[in-house]
Amino acid sequence: MEVKNHKLATTKDMRPEEFKNNDYLLRMAEELNRDGAGIVLSTVDDVINWGRSNSVWSLALGTSCCAIEFMALGAARYDMARFGFEVTRNSPRQADLLMVLGTITYRMAPLMKRLYDQMAEPKYVIAVGGCTISGGPFRKGYHVVDGIDKIIPVDVYIPGCPPRPEAFFYGMMQLQRKIKMERFLGGRNRKEKPEDGETKREEKA
Amino acid sequence: MTTEEKIKQWCPQAGTETAGETVVHVPADRLEDVCRRLHDDAEEPMDYLRDLVGVDQGEGCLSTYYQLESSRTGSRVMLRADAVEREGRAMLPSVSGLWKTAEIKEREAYDFLGILFTGNPDMRRLFLREDWNGYPLRKDYDMDSNPLDMGNEENADVTEEFRLMPDGTLERRENVVFNPDDFVVNIGPQHPSTHGALRLRTSLDGETVKKIDPVLGYIHRGIEKLSESLTYPQTLAFTDRLDYLSAHQNRHALCMCIERAAGIEISERAQYIRTIMDELQRVASHLLFYSCLVMDMGALTPFFYGFREREMILDIFEETTGGRLIQNYNMIGGVQADIHPDFVRKVKAFTKHMREIIHEYHEIFTDSVIARTRLKGVGKLSREEAISLGATGGTGRATGWSNDVRKRHPYALYDKVDFKEIIYTHGDSWDRYMVRMDEILESCHIIDQLIDNIPAGEFRVKVKPVLKLPEGVFTASVESSRGEFGVFLMSRGDKSPWRLHFRSTGLPLVHTMDTVCRNGKIADLIAIGGTLDFVIPDIDR
Repeated sequence: MEVKNHKLATTKDMRPEEFKNNDYLLRMAEELNRDGAGIVLSTVDDVINWGRSNSVWSLALGTSCCAIEFMALGAARYDMARFGFEVTRNSPRQADLLMVLGTITYRMAPLMKRLYDQMAEPKYVIAVGGCTISGGPFRKGYHVVDGIDKIIPVDVYIPGCPPRPEAFFYGMMQLQRKIKMERFLGGRNRKEKPEDGETKREEKA
Repeated sequence: MTTEEKIKQWCPQAGTETAGETVVHVPADRLEDVCRRLHDDAEEPMDYLRDLVGVDQGEGCLSTYYQLESSRTGSRVMLRADAVEREGRAMLPSVSGLWKTAEIKEREAYDFLGILFTGNPDMRRLFLREDWNGYPLRKDYDMDSNPLDMGNEENADVTEEFRLMPDGTLERRENVVFNPDDFVVNIGPQHPSTHGALRLRTSLDGETVKKIDPVLGYIHRGIEKLSESLTYPQTLAFTDRLDYLSAHQNRHALCMCIERAAGIEISERAQYIRTIMDELQRVASHLLFYSCLVMDMGALTPFFYGFREREMILDIFEETTGGRLIQNYNMIGGVQADIHPDFVRKVKAFTKHMREIIHEYHEIFTDSVIARTRLKGVGKLSREEAISLGATGGTGRATGWSNDVRKRHPYALYDKVDFKEIIYTHGDSWDRYMVRMDEILESCHIIDQLIDNIPAGEFRVKVKPVLKLPEGVFTASVESSRGEFGVFLMSRGDKSPWRLHFRSTGLPLVHTMDTVCRNGKIADLIAIGGTLDFVIPDIDR
């Protein structure tokens, strides 16, 4: 009764049919729907998430080329302020999002991990460019990490070398959609193991 | 008398190798003496060490190539010295007493190949962790021998120095970088104003900088080693990713070097396109330099100005090459695709627009009293220091050192166009800034002379996809957006290079930081770094 169904985040300017990669968010919705959430809490959640998703502050870990394209995003032509991304923080304590822009080498990897650990929850990671995703053209090198997801969890991958500004926006809007679906209050406090959830539903039936 | 003949006179044992470019082979024990004589020569002092390249020749022979140039006459010479084995380690005498830039370049050779330079005050690793095992550019290096170590890295506060005693024994001594009571501030590697993953350990006395120790390698990708297992056309892709703000010029240098070695003559049309693209790239880079410098100094509006015009160039690039930032455009034998039908019109519109709009840049920033007080007389570098440090590009030209490769060793069409080499003489931050602002207009001037005359013809000559170069050493250098970019290619007649080395434009510049910032204020450090204009992935390679 007191259950609100989670759906893909739909707003006037972000309709699911306009995005290509919905399957992963649908899986997430299914998982969330398994436990359900209170109507009151989930409505508050929606308000909080509306705010959170429209003011994602990023920590730009720019090591190489992709960082220059990220700067172009900040300039007038692409203007990422339209999406609420314009505040890039230089301290991990003030950031919601770790943008990894450029190759991560063995010497940099422990520092990237440390920056990630210093960020406050809830935190997200976007891996930008071929190098962060798989090591890119330097994959066979003796000093290059072949994919940062071996070190920290990644929410969105933006492929390209470097990606076009439009690709950046697509990836960052995917993250916004993910944030919009999350339960900031509801789910987190009564998190149950999946197996327990299964048995409960069976009992109800 | 040519330089080679002079060397033969001083050192009769010296041999000459003429495969590819002429290399004078000097025995290790005579190296110091020959270098000193070349450096102090009265008519033609070889006072600029362009590059120092370590090579593993195979069969346990490690050698170093020294590329020298005279700042007075522009003549060049290349020396080779083979390391001598002593106490189980390969050794060569250091030349850091003659050319200051050797301090850091010898560290690089030590890091990559394990050649110990006796007399160099700082024999620490440069790019790799201090606890790294082995030397990656040696041919017998096991690529899996150093797995990812997520542990914290300790940085030593002392350096090692090895001295060769007259009786042939080796003396090890320690030089102190930072004393325990020094106040050391760590800047970077994650810092918004270091323009990438650069780390500067800075010791302070109050707010006065006492010493800067740059720690590099946070974006060291091992490009030189990777190139050794790729075919020549495949190696091209790396050059765009070295100094991505000089992508065209870097690739131009490597293509030119391979074409020279293979004896490929490229069409006039391709030369025109390459030269125009190089200059457009230079303007784009200098606009980004302007944007970043003013951002580092706390102003935001000029950043939007710089990017506004830069986007126009990126549009031109994109139409023809398909890439905005990294274009992958130059190919062995020409360029990848012909120019877009709108290219000429758009380039002409751009240069006209740039001339008309640059006054806005000067009104908002150059004329501002804050910019003047913060840049004028700050971070001085003398001409002699710049040459000794090998600080080329705008940094060197701001000190009065005429080092423009386009003038001194013309390539492509630079001997056919009329342009001024921008020279300032004070060597401070202000001059470094003004050199680049003036170069924007000068580049527009070069483009205007070429854009209407692009001849018809092929844009690329047919080249075999798998290319074998003749045996020998080949070099090429171009004036990239921030200095002399060089390629050193050693071929053993195979389809991939035996050794491919790039002269980083930024490595000497970041080495300059200590000289320039010392006894200045910490608040000026970022502005000085901004005017030196280095790109970190180019330093680390």
